[in-house]
Amino acid sequence: MSTDEIPSVKQVSGSGIPVRGNDIDTDQIIPARFMKVVTFDGLGEFAFFDLRFDDEDNEKDHPFNEPQYQDANVLVVNANFGCGSSREHAPQALMRWGIDAVIGESFAEIFAGNCLALGIPTVTADTETIEELQSWVEENPDGDIDIDVAAETVTYGEKSVDVTVNEAQRKALVDGIWDTTALMKSNTESIAKTAESLPYVESA
Amino acid sequence: MSKNTLYDKVWDHHKVTTLPNGQDQLFVGLHLIHEVTSPQAFGMLRERDIEVARPDLTHATVDHIVPTDDRDRPFKNEAAEEMMAELEENARKAGIQFDDPTTGNQGIVHVIGPEQGLTQPGMTIVCGDSHTSTHGAFGALAFGIGTSQIRDVLATQTIAMDKKKVRKIEVTGELGEGVTAKDIILTIIRKLGTDGGVGYVYEYAGEAIESLGMEGRMSICNMSIEGGARAGYVNPDETTYKWLKETDEFKDDPERFDELKAYWESIKSDDDADYDDVVTIDGSAIEPVVTWGTTPGQGIGISEPIPEPESLAADKQETARRAQEHMRVTPGETMAGYDIDVAFLGSCTNARLPDLRAAAEIVKGRQVDDSVRAMVVPGSQRVKAAAEQEGLDEIFTEAGFDWRDAGCSMCLGMNDDQLVGDEACASSSNRNFVGRQGSKDGRTVLMSPLMVAAAAVTGEVTDVRELPKVEVEQ
Repeated sequence: MSTDEIPSVKQVSGSGIPVRGNDIDTDQIIPARFMKVVTFDGLGEFAFFDLRFDDEDNEKDHPFNEPQYQDANVLVVNANFGCGSSREHAPQALMRWGIDAVIGESFAEIFAGNCLALGIPTVTADTETIEELQSWVEENPDGDIDIDVAAETVTYGEKSVDVTVNEAQRKALVDGIWDTTALMKSNTESIAKTAESLPYVESA
Repeated sequence: MSKNTLYDKVWDHHKVTTLPNGQDQLFVGLHLIHEVTSPQAFGMLRERDIEVARPDLTHATVDHIVPTDDRDRPFKNEAAEEMMAELEENARKAGIQFDDPTTGNQGIVHVIGPEQGLTQPGMTIVCGDSHTSTHGAFGALAFGIGTSQIRDVLATQTIAMDKKKVRKIEVTGELGEGVTAKDIILTIIRKLGTDGGVGYVYEYAGEAIESLGMEGRMSICNMSIEGGARAGYVNPDETTYKWLKETDEFKDDPERFDELKAYWESIKSDDDADYDDVVTIDGSAIEPVVTWGTTPGQGIGISEPIPEPESLAADKQETARRAQEHMRVTPGETMAGYDIDVAFLGSCTNARLPDLRAAAEIVKGRQVDDSVRAMVVPGSQRVKAAAEQEGLDEIFTEAGFDWRDAGCSMCLGMNDDQLVGDEACASSSNRNFVGRQGSKDGRTVLMSPLMVAAAAVTGEVTDVRELPKVEVEQ
């Protein structure tokens, strides 16, 4: 696979889905019992499972259950979203449910890195901007949200707001170089040189 | 911007190049893998027809799903057996050493790396597990990665990273009796917040840290991620070298030890290093800490009242309200006296030999309360064997604890060791998230191994310092 097969992610457009609350951890996003699998296939239906279903599998109140959000692809969250474990199962579950981008106040680092590896932007803005957007989505579940990754803006309704996309993430998404395997594999000689310079690494 | 810290030096030594996306490509000195987050990465490699670049720098074990009672193959749980078989196959085909339970070297990935001497100062270490920060206790730069990054490392033995800021956390003074490394890190997270470390690497320093053994340092670095910091480290010193000298890697190779020691000394933070931030905490003021809520930042000293949500920062209030409802605790009261149903002594945070020894001291001559089911899950097969050599297993089983085989167990409930219904658990693990221990109504109270032992014998959260002494016949 060469890097030119990797699509650039310059913008993401679609309707939103708000999930409110700070410190939503990866155990909430995908409980560990659903990770007893050797592929990521089918994880989408387990996204936020314990927040969506009670012990008898009856639906609870959660945006991921509500009919008006079933076609949404832009998730809008609050602070420290995705904290906890390094499980890529979390963004995989969200992606396979249908999420293409996440807008929030802040993200846990490993989670944001995992999102980038899947080409999912994690866009940040201040508390007020996020809460306004969440309320707007609740009132306009079919309304379009346009995320311009390169320009760092989010447009919805009549409004356009400035947001932040971490510089490396922005460049990787816009230039279509977010799949780092091919990118790094091409540096074979430099890798060998670095390895050789390290006193603790014995030659392969 | 930080300068001449261990982080800066190790970063520079391992930097291959700057990538077109602006990130640095770093060489990875040790890649640890386990059964839950690696199979998909091997699958991705197969799809792309790529071989594992450095199987010699890759090391596998099984910990998350492994049963801690009956380990005969095939495992009774089919999904667990499938994951185990997949890892065996992937390791065999790639030529990766796999410490499975038949080797006597199996255990939690963050316990076996250090005990075999795989974990060394000045290394870059990655693993598909957020608690990889544990290895920073040796002065390594160690962090958790996702599965796509595991693919990167398997394919290239390198990783793409953004450089972070460095915060030095200095813990001064001497710890009081009954106060442990766990209480230090829970205090740090409470003070700086669960997201206070985002964008930072933590350097732990100061008298209270330096006087800890390697196991205590590991407990602290382990929970860096609970404070939002992807990596945390302690500069190597004589305590570190003493540990390393006795490991498999060096015990028969003093020449190599001496050669590498020069490198280890060279990567320590300089005395006049620059930090992006410095925080000082008075270690002598810390008392045993327990959590009252559902994030590791929601901790208090055992004698302190549970906070009123309104007294907290505006953005913490709603989370606190929901947490208090879930935990069924009352603001204004202390956590002492909170009834528990389960005592779990285990996890990559606190399941090493000194943790078990300290807990056994408390348990000796007592009985687990009738209302409690209690279990000890040693961090590795070697820890288990060493504990049995000392007779710790007898102390625990005579008191009514279940003495189990090594694995992650009830820390995250991926095997059969789980909370049931709304059971409350006194746990020496690292996360009290809702549902973490296998039941979405389960209630986790994080604490040190000493405090778990005290809770097990009294049936409620108890200040270990106030537990009456028992006379034990020698």
